[in-house]
Amino acid sequence: MTRRRFPLLLLVAAIPAAVALSLFVGSNPVPPGDVWAALTGGGDPTAAYVVDHQRLPRTVAGVVVGLALGVSGALMQAYTRNPFADPGLLGVSAGASFAVAIAVAYVGVTQPAAYVWFAVVGALLASLLVVVLGRPTDPRVPPTRLVLTGVAVGAVLAGLTTGISLSDPDAFERMLTWHAGSLIDRGYDVTLAVLPLLVLGGIAAALTSPALNAVALGRDVAQAQGVDLRRADALTLVAVTFLAAGAAAVAGPVAFVGLVVPHVVRWCVGVDQRTILAVSAVAGIVLVLVADVVGRVAVLPGEMPAGIVTAFLGAPVLVLLARRSRATGL
Amino acid sequence: MSRPLLLGSQRAHVGVDRRELAVCAVLLVAALGLGFVGLWAGDFPVTPGEVAGALLGAPFPAVEPIVYTVVVEWHLPRVVAALVFGAALAASGAIFQTITRNPLASPDVMGLANGSFTGMLLGLVLLGGAWAGIMAGALVGGLVTAGLVYVLALRDGLRDFRFIVVGIGVSAFLAALNSWILLRIDVETALFASAWGAGTLNNATAGAVWPAASVLVVLLLLLPWGVASLRQLELGDDLARSTGLALDRHRAALLLLAVALVSAVTTVAGPIAFVALAAPQIARRLVRSPGIPLAASCCTGAVLLLGADLVAQHVVPLTVPVGVVTVVIGGAYLTWLLRREMRTDR
Repeated sequence: MTRRRFPLLLLVAAIPAAVALSLFVGSNPVPPGDVWAALTGGGDPTAAYVVDHQRLPRTVAGVVVGLALGVSGALMQAYTRNPFADPGLLGVSAGASFAVAIAVAYVGVTQPAAYVWFAVVGALLASLLVVVLGRPTDPRVPPTRLVLTGVAVGAVLAGLTTGISLSDPDAFERMLTWHAGSLIDRGYDVTLAVLPLLVLGGIAAALTSPALNAVALGRDVAQAQGVDLRRADALTLVAVTFLAAGAAAVAGPVAFVGLVVPHVVRWCVGVDQRTILAVSAVAGIVLVLVADVVGRVAVLPGEMPAGIVTAFLGAPVLVLLARRSRATGL
Repeated sequence: MSRPLLLGSQRAHVGVDRRELAVCAVLLVAALGLGFVGLWAGDFPVTPGEVAGALLGAPFPAVEPIVYTVVVEWHLPRVVAALVFGAALAASGAIFQTITRNPLASPDVMGLANGSFTGMLLGLVLLGGAWAGIMAGALVGGLVTAGLVYVLALRDGLRDFRFIVVGIGVSAFLAALNSWILLRIDVETALFASAWGAGTLNNATAGAVWPAASVLVVLLLLLPWGVASLRQLELGDDLARSTGLALDRHRAALLLLAVALVSAVTTVAGPIAFVALAAPQIARRLVRSPGIPLAASCCTGAVLLLGADLVAQHVVPLTVPVGVVTVVIGGAYLTWLLRREMRTDR
């Protein structure tokens, strides 16, 4: 038990550290003393501006995105039992990107803060379409068809998105940045816009988590144990799509966090799905915050988008851990 | 349920599903019809009779040299490329999905698409945009990536799950790298690279297509040998081993075949998305078979890519890469098939 609890304690301790990094480190060098002064209400006005209007909102956005991606990723893998299943698979990522492409190419939207509404609506409509089209008729059957429908609908939308962006150089450039996934210029308005979604998604995740261990044993077994599979499935779908939609609307389609975090967490903490869910939430936050900080200073004077850094940091960890003997399937 | 058609004596039978034969026949007719349209349609006016004359010669009236050039030297390579490339991608997808027993698997799980795109981008940026550099970059990038995934995942044989996760990791790393390179180069170059990255047959000229298509036809002819071991692999590892299959060697040989198929296509046409994933799943639903039917997958892939290319060339008002049309048509059709399957299950 101690060995299993250890990573969780370590990670919980890592959150304040990551938040501190995110507040104190940036491409715009501000002495730590000035950051502290700004946080406690005072100090140099330039430092106060950087901290209050850039680093704090960005840190909040990073926490929200990491949490949402970690939880929805863990839920998605527990639900589909498929190691390829990232939380954006059920139409969320493709729907958000398609709506943003339309906003950029035809509506003339240019600010990430204005993308958020399009992304939310696109993500929710697309995942609603996927669920309506691919909803399993028999709850005892694994949701393979739902996942495939997500892939198929996602492909149609991704094709249309590529078509739109390739036909318009301005839109193409903006879509490149959007696809990379970033926390740059994500103010409180962006985070607040998706907060209701994330709260609802979080509640659904909490309600469905007690059933996850039974479902992991097989859907027949779960039903025999008295789990209401239809309720569990509905809650899981709401949780996954709401959380993933919120994250995608804030930061763009950063699929990799939701994919890699639950795998790594499962190998570290064992098979209890509730533990996996909780630790994935924490690990998601730490990964996104650290990636964002690294991205700010890695390629000065420019910035490397957080979505790209998460893959650069996360992929080697995933590969190294997969090569250990303890790495197991779902 | 369709009854299996037994070829040869009852005892040593090679079961070929009647429904699969019928599906393949229909798809082949469709491929021929679409192929004829592909040879005929274009900016230069050609009559259907002239197409036949240019293609087949003797029994048909002789054609003018310009007609011959248009039909045989311009249109034919592209039509052949679409058919052969489509079949090759579908075959590799069928192999990957059967080996991993996962409908979401495709050659991309080994990072092939992202790896060849990385190679292409490096060729484009470092070697200054010559076609030879782009093609070499794509080929080397894809193969190096597949080799890397294989070496990293190979510890105690090829355990499916480790293989999949290592593939996801390497693939994601390269995707991030590609996205970073695209953000750093100028927009025009990035736009050109992205069109290539979606998969396009605009570069399917005679000089590029005939060598690639010859290699692919040879590789596709190796497939019947692989069918038997694929059927055994479908049973699951333990059962396959108990039927006397040298599991890891067969799996490695099949993977090598699948990687070679995709690499040859990607070198000429870029990483055409989705055919490898969708064609086997579409074919499975057309044939209504429990496993993935290899021959029907190839026919589906060929028709899908050729149809998509005709739409990309002649129907869509803008010039879009065929990969864009393929995902839209393939995705919509797969959605419809899944939906219908759900209704009949009820």
